[in-house]
Amino acid sequence: MSHFTPAHALTGGALIGLSAAILWVGLGRIAGISGILAGLRMPDRGWRMAFLAGMIAAPLLYRLAGGATADPTIATSAWVVIAGGLLVGFGTRLGGGCTSGHGVCGIARLSRRSIAATAVFMAAAMVTVYCTHHIGIG
Amino acid sequence: MRALAIATTCGLLFGLGLTVSAMIDPAKVLGFLDIAGDWDPSLILVMAGAIPVAALGYMFRRQDKATTQTAIDRRLLLGATLFGIGWGLVGYCPGPALASLSFGDAKTLLFVAAMLVGMAAFEVWNRRG
Repeated sequence: MSHFTPAHALTGGALIGLSAAILWVGLGRIAGISGILAGLRMPDRGWRMAFLAGMIAAPLLYRLAGGATADPTIATSAWVVIAGGLLVGFGTRLGGGCTSGHGVCGIARLSRRSIAATAVFMAAAMVTVYCTHHIGIG
Repeated sequence: MRALAIATTCGLLFGLGLTVSAMIDPAKVLGFLDIAGDWDPSLILVMAGAIPVAALGYMFRRQDKATTQTAIDRRLLLGATLFGIGWGLVGYCPGPALASLSFGDAKTLLFVAAMLVGMAAFEVWNRRG
């Protein structure tokens, strides 16, 4: 429990929720990142590009404003990173959403599909981490 | 113009939320997923902070129930399983992976490239089958 950061987690979460609320009330869109990204090839790519540009710029602006952020630390090999990326890309499209679309927006909408999807991807991720960190598979 | 301004604002808020909560760091996310290790429950509090605020938005503007999918089918469950395995292998889901691009980390770039290939592979597979 040594790394637990409850205040930052709640504050950051509220900002993500606010983003989802404004995007819905203002544009009638769900703030699901995999869906926004996959829709870039659709004719309505303007708002999608604007959203993603804002999201990519935010950590940079936060650092420029003097905020402290940890650099991403990925301990796994490049091959595991590639396998993970492929699975996340294919799986989020097949399952119609990711942590944001199902886990935040879907649960907030009380969608049965999203509650089921979130339970399944969290369980699958926890089993995967158990296998790689504690049994030594992968 | 108004739509682009709203979308940019929402993107900035979303990215700021990921940054403040440290969810852009895959090690932090793996700390949550590693329930048998030195467990870090922070991710649950990110969701606990986000869901009620988002829910206010969904109450404010009604959804069209007729076009909302409700079936819990094989595609949903298989897709969520594959996504969960990939998430557990690296600690990145799509939002944090994209938001971390500006750190210029080679493995982040590799992950995003593979994720886009995975999405494209789905489109090809989906059109065939």
